[in-house]
Amino acid sequence: MPEPLLEVSDLRIRFGGFTAVDGLSFSVRPGEVLGVVGESGSGKSVSMLGVLGLIRTPGAEVSGQVVFRGRDLLALKNAEMRAVRGREIAMIFQDPMTALTPVYTIGWQIAEQIRAHEKVSRRAARERAIELLGEVGIPAPEQRVDAYPHEFSGGMRQRAVIAMALSCNPALLIADEPTTALDVTTQAQILDLMRRLRADHGSAVVMITHDMGVVSEIADEVLVMYGGRAVERGSRRQVFHAPRHPYTWGLLDSVPRVRGARARRLPTIPGTPGASGQGCPFADRCAHSFAACAEVPPLTGGSGHLDACWLPEEKRTR
Amino acid sequence: MIGYILRRFGAALLVLFAISVLVFLIFFATPGVDPAARIAGKNADPATLAQVRASFGFDRPLPVQYALMMKHLFISHDLTSFVNRGTLVIPQIIEAVPVTLSLVVGAAVIWMVLGVGMGTLAGAMRGTLVDPLVMLLGVFGVSLPVYWLGEVVNLITQKQLHDSVFSWVPPLGYVPMSEGIGQWALHLLFPWLTLALLYAGIYARLLRGELINALNEDYVRTARAKGLSERRILVKHALRCSLIPIVSLFGLDFGALVGGAALLTEVVFGLPGVGKLTYQALQNLDLPVIMGTVLYAAFFVVLANAVVDVLYARLDPRVRRA
Ligand SMILES: Nc1ncnc2c1ncn2[C@@H]1O[C@H](COP(=O)(O)OP(=O)(O)OP(=O)(O)O)[C@@H](O)[C@H]1O
Ligand SMILES: [Mg+2]
Repeated sequence: MPEPLLEVSDLRIRFGGFTAVDGLSFSVRPGEVLGVVGESGSGKSVSMLGVLGLIRTPGAEVSGQVVFRGRDLLALKNAEMRAVRGREIAMIFQDPMTALTPVYTIGWQIAEQIRAHEKVSRRAARERAIELLGEVGIPAPEQRVDAYPHEFSGGMRQRAVIAMALSCNPALLIADEPTTALDVTTQAQILDLMRRLRADHGSAVVMITHDMGVVSEIADEVLVMYGGRAVERGSRRQVFHAPRHPYTWGLLDSVPRVRGARARRLPTIPGTPGASGQGCPFADRCAHSFAACAEVPPLTGGSGHLDACWLPEEKRTR
Repeated sequence: MIGYILRRFGAALLVLFAISVLVFLIFFATPGVDPAARIAGKNADPATLAQVRASFGFDRPLPVQYALMMKHLFISHDLTSFVNRGTLVIPQIIEAVPVTLSLVVGAAVIWMVLGVGMGTLAGAMRGTLVDPLVMLLGVFGVSLPVYWLGEVVNLITQKQLHDSVFSWVPPLGYVPMSEGIGQWALHLLFPWLTLALLYAGIYARLLRGELINALNEDYVRTARAKGLSERRILVKHALRCSLIPIVSLFGLDFGALVGGAALLTEVVFGLPGVGKLTYQALQNLDLPVIMGTVLYAAFFVVLANAVVDVLYARLDPRVRRA
């Protein structure tokens, strides 16, 4: 098994008294796609922002270890971290509508990133920007390179953002719900694009989503988050075919099935998300909770399939 | 872009025309006012009155009256003051313009440098002690009335400390640039600072707010994720977007000040500018002069507005198409 590219251990992020990420650990191997799922507020975005050192809220505390290619990112100096951001690890944010600076052209913004990391001429950077825009499927890129963000549709902006993220050939691409703001057709195109780009560039991808369908299509490994913690981790096969955590069962049940028997009504997971102070964060909403759940379950398991649940083996069937 | 500029200035011309008609109607076609008497001057004899009436066409239809008035104002330049008979209105204004322009342009440079500097500093250093300190300084500037501050400055530099620290300060008044840039600037130094202080405070406060909002925008996060330096993010992304509303406000303030709103500063420092001219004319109800200065002010405000709109379009690509 190859060395992990990124290894996060015991990441904790607190905003004042509120713990948004509580001891999260995961790893990504080179060229692998890790799907991170969990409902809104489970700490997906915050944990990835923490990995890149992009949490700027005053009073926020980030602790733990984020080892990328042998270096702890949380211990890096600002200038060293800047060299990692955008070049070795690129990030695509949730909302493409507001992710670009409104007063500069798309091409200028892509060239800006290239020139921040490589000594190339303005002209060469622009040529690269045109190439990248073409690669992500923007028609007539030689003209569109001079368009402003407001002249692009949402899907095109997301493509532009992806082109920008790929501009320095990052070893790791973190995509935070890159398709959520888009319609279904565009979603499928963007996913296609990401799959193709991964094949061409060989980058590892962390794909954040709350859509199990997306994960099943693209991920090699799956991380299920709940209340700022990992509740289940494993390969796509393991998580989809033999899910072990009651929360994952709920997530999988709420995905409409294309083939096979159709559930009469999409089941919902009862309750609202949020850590309940002590104990298993999911206990309040879990149909199977029992006395042991008053304590936080550790993430354990064998053969790469881990889960955080006290349920005994014989009860692990949905 | 060229099309936009042409359209914008075309609109400005229309607005100017409308203003001139309105001013004319208010001043000379209001029932109960004898326009001829207003123009002929104080204690004019019947012969003069009759002559004015004929020359301005006050017995003819309104459009003709308007046209004749504009001719006297802008072509023959022979409209005279009501109070000081024989003093021509337009040359008087033309003489006052460089004074006002000198005052306002100098002050504007100072307040923009101070305001943008202070606002950027406070916005970028938010969460440290620098922010509230700079803002306190700004509030200080905003809350001092210009006439009071001007009087205090005069008291100190012209009287109390004139024999010691401020012996280099020249007497009040204006010296044209033709007599040497140094003297010109020296005479204007304290008026500049006094006028600029107020605006610097306002602009710093406004820019700080804009900047803090911009720094929380998604595009700034994107810029950070790209690996840009904090300095570049601040200047090229956050500040660049925050300056858009500042520039439009600047245009309006500048236009209004050149148009006569620097009146208080001019009066306090004895600068014979347009504001002071308007002030005197108002005191004497000198209708021809008032009309001249109002039209002049309108011209600058409308011009500044048009320039601002064009600049705005340059700064913000989103409005170019509109
Ligand atoms: N800057 C912040 N200050 C305080 N709390 C924050 C901050 N950013 C995020 N949070 C909190 O952290 C929790 C996790 O937020 P996060 O954005 O990571 O959720 P998410 O899993 O990405 O959800 P979504 O699917 O809606 O994007 C939320 O409860 C949120 O309110
Ligand atoms: Mg999120």
